[in-house]
Amino acid sequence: MIKIDNLVKSFGAKRAVDGVSFAVERGEVLGFLGPNGAGKSTTMRMITGFMPPTSGRVSVGGHDVAESPLQAKRLIGYLPENAASYPDMTVQGFLRFAAELRGLSGAARKKAVSRVVELCFLESVLHQSIDTLSKGYRHRTCLAQALIHDPEVLIMDEPTDGLDPNQKHEVRNLIRELGRNKAIVFSTHILEEVDSACTRAIIIDRGRIVANGTPAELRGMSELAGAVTLSARGADEEDLGKLGRVEKLNGAFRVYPHDKAKAAELAQQIIELVNRRGWKVEGMYSERGELDEVFRRITLPDTVKK
Amino acid sequence: MRAIRTIVKRELASYFNSPVAYVFLVIFLLMTGFFTFTAGNFFERGEASLAAFFGWHPWVYLVLVPAVGMRLWAEERRSGTMELLLTMPVAPWQVILAKFLASWLFLALALALTFPAILTVNLLGEPDNGVIAAGYLGSLLLAGAYLAITCMTSAMTRNQVVAFILAVVICLFLILAGFNPVTDLMVRWASPAVVDTIAAFSVVTHFDGFQRGVIDSRDLVFFLSIIGFALFATGVIIRGHRAG
Repeated sequence: MIKIDNLVKSFGAKRAVDGVSFAVERGEVLGFLGPNGAGKSTTMRMITGFMPPTSGRVSVGGHDVAESPLQAKRLIGYLPENAASYPDMTVQGFLRFAAELRGLSGAARKKAVSRVVELCFLESVLHQSIDTLSKGYRHRTCLAQALIHDPEVLIMDEPTDGLDPNQKHEVRNLIRELGRNKAIVFSTHILEEVDSACTRAIIIDRGRIVANGTPAELRGMSELAGAVTLSARGADEEDLGKLGRVEKLNGAFRVYPHDKAKAAELAQQIIELVNRRGWKVEGMYSERGELDEVFRRITLPDTVKK
Repeated sequence: MRAIRTIVKRELASYFNSPVAYVFLVIFLLMTGFFTFTAGNFFERGEASLAAFFGWHPWVYLVLVPAVGMRLWAEERRSGTMELLLTMPVAPWQVILAKFLASWLFLALALALTFPAILTVNLLGEPDNGVIAAGYLGSLLLAGAYLAITCMTSAMTRNQVVAFILAVVICLFLILAGFNPVTDLMVRWASPAVVDTIAAFSVVTHFDGFQRGVIDSRDLVFFLSIIGFALFATGVIIRGHRAG
C-alpha cells in the first residue's frame, strides 16, 4: 500500500531524512522508532503529501503522492503531531467538517461520524467545544477525524503521546484491531508499544534507517538475547564460566553464550551442569533481549558510545 | 466545489462562534456612522448622496479589514491545523480561495448592515440609487483587495499581530499613493508622469470612479488583479512553508 523509495528531505544544509526506503502492505502495522529529531515526523509529512520531498518517491495505493496528490490523500487518514484541531468547534462539528472534506454527506456522513464516535469513545463530549476538552479527548477527537473515511492507509504521529496508561492501552488495542485490514504507520518513542501493537518496526536515526525487522528480530539484536539467568544454591562461577561469559547479579548468575547462534543449546548445557553438580535451582530463565538496549545501542551518537 | 463550500461554512461559523465578530460589526457600524454623519458633514452638504459615507471607506477598512483577516493563516499555522487541512483531499488553491471568500462574505455582511444609510438618503431626498449601488460595489471590491493582502501577510507569519501590522502598512501605502495631500507633495519634485504612475497603484484613485457611479473596467481589473495577485502570492508563501 505504501511504497517509499530513497526519500530525502533537506532543510538547508541539514538532511533531516537521508535516503529512507521501505514498504508497508495491508495487514501490517509498522512502528516508526527513533530519538527526537531523527526524521520521523518529516517522513510522515512526506507520506501524507504535506511536504514535498527533496528527492525520492512516495506512492500510496499505487498513486504517486507528488503527481496525483488528491487520489493518494483520499486513501490516507492522518493524525498529525500534537493532534491539532479547531478549538472553537464542537467535537461533532469538527468530525462533520472532516467528513464533508472527505466527500461524505447526508446519511453517509451521519453514519461515518457515529462510527468513529463509538470507536474513539467520544459519546460523552460530542457537543462540547474542543478547547474545553482534556488532552486525551482532544487526541481521540483528532484520531476520530483520521478514521472518519475508514482509510486504507493510516499514518499516525505519536498516537499515544500525552495519554494516560488506560487510554494508551485502548489506543494500542485500536491500532492492532485496525491493522488487520489496513496499512498502518505510527511513530512513537515508547518501546513497549512496538511489542504490543506492531508487526514490524523500523528504527531511524539522523535520517537513516538503522534497523528494520519484527519486534522479535530487533530484540534478538540485543546483547542480552540468548543469555540464561540462573539462580541456584551452590552454583559456582567457575563451572559456569566454561559454558559462556558469566556476569554476577545479586544472588544469580547470567551466562552469555560464546556464540549467539548456539544460544539454544546453552540452557540445555546449564541444566546438565546443574544436575551433575546437584545445585538447588531457585529460578532459571532465558533472556529474550530488551528493545531499549537495542534502541540505545544503535541510536546513541558514536561519541557517546565511546 | 463542495470542499470550498465546506471550508467557507466552517470559517464563517468560527467568526460567529466568538464574540469578536459581533464586536467587529458594532465597531464597523459605529465608525461608518460617525464618519458619515459627524466627520463627513452629511447633513451640511445638502445633497442626497452617500459621498460622505463612501469617502471614508478606504480609511475605515484600513484597520478593520486586517483585523478580520489576520488570523486566517497565522492561526492555522500556529495551532498546526494547517497540516490537517492540507493533507485532506483538497487542492491548496481551494483552501486559499475558500478562506478568502468566507472573510469576504463576512465583510459583505458588515457592509450590508449599513443599509440604514441608504434609507436615510432616500427618505430625505431623491438620490441616484445607481450611484449608490456602484459605490457599494466599489466598497466591496476595496474590502476584498485589503483582505487578499491580509491573507498574504497572514500566511507569512504565525503571529497575528505581525500579520495585522504588515497588512496595515501595505494597505496604507496603497491609499497614500493616490491620496491628494501626498500627490500634491510629490508634484513638487517628480514629473507629473511619475506622480500619475504612482497614483495609478492607489486604491483611492480607482475607488473614486465607483463613488461617482462610474463602473470602469480598468478599476474593476485593478481591484480584481490585486485580489488575484495577493491570493497567488499566498499560495506561493504556503508552498514555501511546506517545502521547509
